[in-house]
Amino acid sequence: MIKFLLKGILGDKNRSVLPIIIITIGVSLTIILSGYMRGVMGDMIDQNARFDTGHMKIMSRAYAENKAQLPNDLALLGVAQLKEELKSDYPEIKWVDRIKFGGLIDVPDGENASKGQGPAAGMAMDIFNPESGEDARMNLTSSIVKGRLPSKPREALVGSDFAEKLNIKIGDEVTYMGTTMNGSMTFENFIVSGTIRFGMPAMDKGAIVIDISDARQLLDMEDAVGEMLGYLPGGVYDDEEVAPIVKSFNARYANDTDEYAPEMVALRDQNGLSSYLDMVDYFAALFVAIFVFAMSMVLWNTGLLGGLRRYQEFGIRLALGEPKGHIYRTLIYEAILIGIIGSIIGTAIGLVGVYLLQKYGINIGDLMKDSSMMMPTVLRGKFTPELLYIGFIPGLFAMVLGNMLSGIGIYKRSTASLFKELEV
Amino acid sequence: MKKTALFTIIGLIAMSFMLPTGPSASQIIQKVDDNMSSDTRITESQMIIHGRRNSRTITSIGYSRGKYDNFTEYLAPEREKGTKMLKLKDYLWIYSPSSDRTIQLSGHMLRQSVMGSDLSYEDMMEDRKLLDIYNAEIEGEEEVDGKKVWRLALTAKVDDATYHSRKLWVEQERFVPLKEDLFAKSGQLLKRTVMSDIKKVDGKWYPHKMNYKDMLKDGQGTDFVVTKMQINVPIADEVFNKSNLKK
Repeated sequence: MIKFLLKGILGDKNRSVLPIIIITIGVSLTIILSGYMRGVMGDMIDQNARFDTGHMKIMSRAYAENKAQLPNDLALLGVAQLKEELKSDYPEIKWVDRIKFGGLIDVPDGENASKGQGPAAGMAMDIFNPESGEDARMNLTSSIVKGRLPSKPREALVGSDFAEKLNIKIGDEVTYMGTTMNGSMTFENFIVSGTIRFGMPAMDKGAIVIDISDARQLLDMEDAVGEMLGYLPGGVYDDEEVAPIVKSFNARYANDTDEYAPEMVALRDQNGLSSYLDMVDYFAALFVAIFVFAMSMVLWNTGLLGGLRRYQEFGIRLALGEPKGHIYRTLIYEAILIGIIGSIIGTAIGLVGVYLLQKYGINIGDLMKDSSMMMPTVLRGKFTPELLYIGFIPGLFAMVLGNMLSGIGIYKRSTASLFKELEV
Repeated sequence: MKKTALFTIIGLIAMSFMLPTGPSASQIIQKVDDNMSSDTRITESQMIIHGRRNSRTITSIGYSRGKYDNFTEYLAPEREKGTKMLKLKDYLWIYSPSSDRTIQLSGHMLRQSVMGSDLSYEDMMEDRKLLDIYNAEIEGEEEVDGKKVWRLALTAKVDDATYHSRKLWVEQERFVPLKEDLFAKSGQLLKRTVMSDIKKVDGKWYPHKMNYKDMLKDGQGTDFVVTKMQINVPIADEVFNKSNLKK
């Protein structure tokens, strides 16, 4: 039966070419858009996780309330003990300390005056210890434009744009001026070991990256931390895995009234990422629905045209005694076969498109140069296993639906007037 | 009869001129400025910063000359010891002994808090007389801490005023402000200062305890306590020199 139908489809090009082209276009567009969107959204979420949110983050309650202000005066204390507890309770999670700090970077001119200065977007992490994985997680080495990672105390990476603007060279000294955790004024000279470009304008303008041990000394934050970030072993955020950890950790401090008690927050509950995560699923479903609807309309129309073209064929088959239901069913079977062929071709083309988007991406660096949003400047697609089958949903469904709608005409034919219609 | 009426009217008019009337808003502000300003001043003080977690006390000695020149050296605690600030007209330099650097602050950095207090660098730099910056009018009279005060509304008459408007509660007896609210142009209350412990120094009444409160932040604000004050004493020119920062 299938072989017979396949012969018919392949033999009668008019019956198959147009629907296959339509399905191919629709399926490939569905896959490309889904892959692109998942890539962009995934990149944003991944970037947020690596730079800011972790898969989960622990802060003091007071810090969490005001975290946009980087309130290190409300930082979490007793970090060493807390970390021991975390390691024992959640051994699979990797915990890293981060301190963010604001202030001013001043560049001396060598004559007791300033060559220039600008606001500092300071970030401290465990750079000196290679086992921390912070270099790879933050893409530090690959983001270095000139120089190298800090390897000893009082060395720092500064934002490439800032360095260029003030003509800072490797080995130059810059002075950080800011406020300690206790509110005291703090000054420190750092040797510039390298310049860095994260590809995020918000950070590239005034970034200063130092080791966490330097930050602790600079900001009087011994055994204190602004944020402690937790990462799942696979490196990929999984809401279902993180939610129970967050719940059990926070339950432990539920009766603690101290405003500085630790509080754990999942990635999806930070930086408005929950809406992003929901949006990824929502838009993927929306794309599929739109394509199913649009292609169904087109294929319904194509089916109607095909039905008209095959009006005589159906008439003869009815006149020969073939039941209407059988003709209708063969029409649907044909649609399934055409849908499968179109979906396979469309999926192949779509995957090539996603691969190209993943490899080369779309550079929006010029559009982002004045932006303060934390998002990548090259938007890339991302191949995910579901792209292998997602195209079959609109491809098959639209074709079958289109043919089901157009095939209804078969039931409207009156057998009694068939010979008159066929003029035999 | 007509003569009697005429004399009565003239008498009433004359009496109205003889009745005691209060000073104008400008006169009040002038007297406040006289109390609060001096040619030179040396002030030893403690700044008690009430944070959410703890309070810190910073001790300093400040030298000021006229409207524009100010030099402050921080004496304690250890973290701040040796930090010096020099303000000359619109310029502010900070010297830190730990980095041995002198950094000039300008622009938006001047709006940052000084050592985590409720005072900004701009607040510290503002030494001009009120009459030079604001137009004043009396809004009414009331009592603050049992003292009769005038409530004055001050509106900036210059473009570079740190605060667009102020409300000032001035004690009627000694012409010293007891309370001050500072507003942005939008009308938002930004800061509140409450003055107390008024003492006479060389003929001028001066509050020796001030609580500055940033109204956009939680907390109890920052107390500024004057422990010793000398006014109109000679101060060497070299104190107000950039080279003094590194000494």
